[in-house]
Amino acid sequence: LCWPGSGGIRGGAAMDLFGDLRRMNKRQLYYQVLNFAMIVSSALMIWKGLIVVTGSESPIVVVLSGSMEPAFHRGDLLFLTNFHDDPIRAGEIVVFKVEGRDIPIVHRVIKVHEKGNGNIKFLTKGDNNEVDDRGLYKEGQNWLEKKDVVGRARGFLPYVGMVTIIMNDYPKFKYALLAVMGAYVLLKRES
Amino acid sequence: LRKNVEDFTGPRERSDLGFVTFDITADILNGKKFGLQTFWNKNTLIIFDWNVKQLFLYLSAEYSTKNNALNQVVLWDKIMLRGDNPRLSLKDMKSKYFFFDDGNGLKGNRNITLTLSWNVVPNAGILPLVTGSGHVSVPFPDTYETTKSY
Repeated sequence: LCWPGSGGIRGGAAMDLFGDLRRMNKRQLYYQVLNFAMIVSSALMIWKGLIVVTGSESPIVVVLSGSMEPAFHRGDLLFLTNFHDDPIRAGEIVVFKVEGRDIPIVHRVIKVHEKGNGNIKFLTKGDNNEVDDRGLYKEGQNWLEKKDVVGRARGFLPYVGMVTIIMNDYPKFKYALLAVMGAYVLLKRES
Repeated sequence: LRKNVEDFTGPRERSDLGFVTFDITADILNGKKFGLQTFWNKNTLIIFDWNVKQLFLYLSAEYSTKNNALNQVVLWDKIMLRGDNPRLSLKDMKSKYFFFDDGNGLKGNRNITLTLSWNVVPNAGILPLVTGSGHVSVPFPDTYETTKSY
């Protein structure tokens, strides 16, 4: 990315920018838009690719609560896999969705009962919680099944997910960020 | 790495409830981190390196019943932070969580295997699950206890 007009002429550079914008002909404008579309598509492809490779519908998730402290804190990023042949075993950290709720929960498996035919039912609990998750499950539901699992936590990065949380809690910040990014990409010129 | 001692059982309505008392002697410092020794010139691998924030230890009971081919129940867990004493010597511990079976598979079950495992939580990176070496098989008696001695 090169910025037109270097060093020292800040006010002048801004004026140059808008001047450039007005002088841009149609072809350049289309080019900029296509460039922008390429970036968005590439990001989307990478995300979809990750979904395919990991087998999980949401391979990267942000921890929202403190129920798994001190291992994971709010704002940590988790990397998930959800391979079909991976059995669910006690001690594993799973991310699951309760039927009817949008928000996935990341807790640890503490009980597993598996039948000969592969049918599994399991119970989870947050490390930092006193009781197991039965209170979080659906009314009358006592166990989770494989279909409720979004993925198993395989790796993690601390703090990085805070950006997502901030964007969620302060939508104005999200729009401002998007506007800045959009403007930057649209106005960037190959020098 | 570990030793255990076991006890008895009791029924609760329709599912068996087991009571186990145990001792744990473990030396985690020299335990395996990724399930295999990666240094061949040393016999041990120090587990608490710069990238390990904590270990989540848990004692799980694994067994088969008529109802279910595989059952795993976590009986006890502990968080061991970097800096904590890595040698555990706990005696006469009661299980933290109720050892309910899904059905009545504990009565007369001769082979309940207790293993100590841990989840390595790094400062950043992969989250491996490791099983400690050494496990103990515990049989449950054929009859239920009616006295509340737990």
